[in-house]
Amino acid sequence: MTTNANPSDETNGVLMQGDEACAEGAIAAGCRFFAGYPITPATEIAEVLSRRLPQVGGKFIQMEDEIGSIAAVIGASVGGAKAMTATSGPGFSLMQENIGYAAMAEIPCVIVDVQRLGPSTGRPTSPSQGDVMQARWGTHGDHPIIALSPSSVRETFDLTVRAFNFAERYRTPVILLMDEVIGHMRERIVLPDPDTIELVERAGTTVPPEWYKPYENFPLDVPPLVPFGEGYRYHITGLHHDERGYPTNRLDEVRPWLERVFRKIESSISDIMIYEEDEVQDADTLVIAYGVTARAARQAVEQARQHGHKVGLIKLSTIWPFPEEVVERAADRLHRVIVPELNRGQLALEVERVVGRHKVRRVNRADGSILSPDDILDAIKEWSR
Amino acid sequence: MKQQRESRVHERYLRHSKKFPNVWCAGCGIGIVLGAIIRAVDALQLDKNDVAMISGIGCTGRMPVYVDFNTMHTTHGRALAFATGLKMVRPDMKIIVVMGDGDALAIGGNHFIHAARRNIGLTAIVVNNATYGMTGGQYSPTTPLGARAATAPYGHIEHPFPIAELAVTAGASYVARSTVYHVIELEKFIAQAIQKDGFALVEAVSYCHTTLGRINRWGRAPDMMRRLKEQSVTVRQAEKMSANDLKGKIVRGVLTDRQDMIEYTKLYDQIIERAQEEVG
Ligand SMILES: Cc1ncc(C[n+]2csc(CCOP(=O)(O)OP(=O)(O)O)c2C)c(N)n1
Ligand code: SF4
Repeated sequence: MTTNANPSDETNGVLMQGDEACAEGAIAAGCRFFAGYPITPATEIAEVLSRRLPQVGGKFIQMEDEIGSIAAVIGASVGGAKAMTATSGPGFSLMQENIGYAAMAEIPCVIVDVQRLGPSTGRPTSPSQGDVMQARWGTHGDHPIIALSPSSVRETFDLTVRAFNFAERYRTPVILLMDEVIGHMRERIVLPDPDTIELVERAGTTVPPEWYKPYENFPLDVPPLVPFGEGYRYHITGLHHDERGYPTNRLDEVRPWLERVFRKIESSISDIMIYEEDEVQDADTLVIAYGVTARAARQAVEQARQHGHKVGLIKLSTIWPFPEEVVERAADRLHRVIVPELNRGQLALEVERVVGRHKVRRVNRADGSILSPDDILDAIKEWSR
Repeated sequence: MKQQRESRVHERYLRHSKKFPNVWCAGCGIGIVLGAIIRAVDALQLDKNDVAMISGIGCTGRMPVYVDFNTMHTTHGRALAFATGLKMVRPDMKIIVVMGDGDALAIGGNHFIHAARRNIGLTAIVVNNATYGMTGGQYSPTTPLGARAATAPYGHIEHPFPIAELAVTAGASYVARSTVYHVIELEKFIAQAIQKDGFALVEAVSYCHTTLGRINRWGRAPDMMRRLKEQSVTVRQAEKMSANDLKGKIVRGVLTDRQDMIEYTKLYDQIIERAQEEVG
């Protein structure tokens, strides 16, 4: 699998697979370390990066399992590299403990989960959106998280870049929730000119080493993380810790930390929320969709409009933190919300929480096949009758 | 005078803020290993900024927080995997990975053999106290056959891993074993391991008098220290002993010191060269 896409070839574009676009997005974002373990349908990301990373002076390693992969990624990030791993359900399950470690120790990293049908080994080549709640709550304990979900090859590229930017800006693990269709689908896309891509680099510190506090709670919500080996010797732990990173049981040290790590995400919601609204202005029915399902939803909405139904679409790219305000704002004016998903209703739970159960109609499929525009169109027709 | 100065070396390496007293039981061997590491680093005159100490979880896992290096206390069993990522990004750093026997050989056993097989330039130090100290004396992969443990009230029916021999077989560049009684030797082996380019392992045989020792009535810390002295033989002595005589013995010394292997991150640099040649 080679990809020597010329990103600035605006006229022709390139034929690219979602997994490849993820790998190229990572390179464009400045990712210089990848550790992973082969698994369908995410393997192509590792294969492309094993070739591409050394070309740009980066490093690739195939670890002995997914637990080691995410651990190596966190270690590399502590060393100062933008780092990523990619997997699918079974591997994502194995990674959970260390994702919590990255959240606790506030180490930037990107975890790609190309969702396949679960549970367990499930059906490796069948799509699913079954890991939505796992992305939010898969690791134990309360913690903030960011998760993004693309619905096209080009968006995969863009969101991979955004995932790295969020990871670095907010010192947090970021999960890119792809799905088998988006990962394996090929589309002709035009990649952005590398010079136009906005990149976020890790903030440095201006204080001398003896003043440096890697977990300082004020004045910034995101204290700078200085890589190991640059003269700032400090401690990192998965235990609750004080501002210097040393373990603590003191409530007056644990509480400000807890407040800060949630605040750093919650106070930046407007930066983190990525979504598109289609025809919501005069709509009385709203479809909320993400990932591969958003493609079918868009078609269904177009067709419904042709039939005279006043229906709009919100396509979510950011799914965690859940875009409460976006949904709330739209739903206030609307009578009905339809939530199609390739699971038995996961993000629908959040929608129901925000707009009330009586307003929500779920359209679900969790058997490895995808939802067609007709499936969603039927729901629109039935529901607006 | 000289003697006195020597004994205070650690003060230049310990963090003098609020972390003391340490978490370890009085008489525990883990502090002895930490002292040996500090003296080895001092003898090699390494810059603290270039040294990282990474651990997993357990009593041994608490070691890094006390020393003024770049320190990271990771998750149970995964220290070598974290360290692998750091080493690839910072190949010039001296990375010392400290683990308990459960940390390194049970939950982390897979990372242990693969880090050795890859020959990545990490210094692994396993404090082998033959039990899970932190969780209270349950049996570990190195608990002796027949011993009692918190989870083996009727006696242990599994065989112990020979940690050092396992590392040799897995492909480590340097492997040595000593005990917390033979502290000068331990310090020497640790210094050699740190100097080694590829994967180096030092097994530091210790004891846990407050859990496994108490359960088995092996006595207090000095008694267990005495057992280390009496049970151990050198590699050279062991060569002349029969398999039967070697039963229950701790074989001390350098088990392997290979000169013929290129360290992993150096090999990866060749990959980068090849890849960049290809794209021109
Ligand atoms: C995933 C996980 N499982 C279990 C534990 C509980 N635990 C903490 S320390 C420990 C064993 C430590 O034993 P060892 O590695 O031999 O180190 P020692 O305490 O003896 O130095 C265990 C099982 C944990 N922290 N994480
Ligand atoms: S429990 Fe055992 S290993 Fe842990 S500090 Fe006490 S004596 Fe040492």
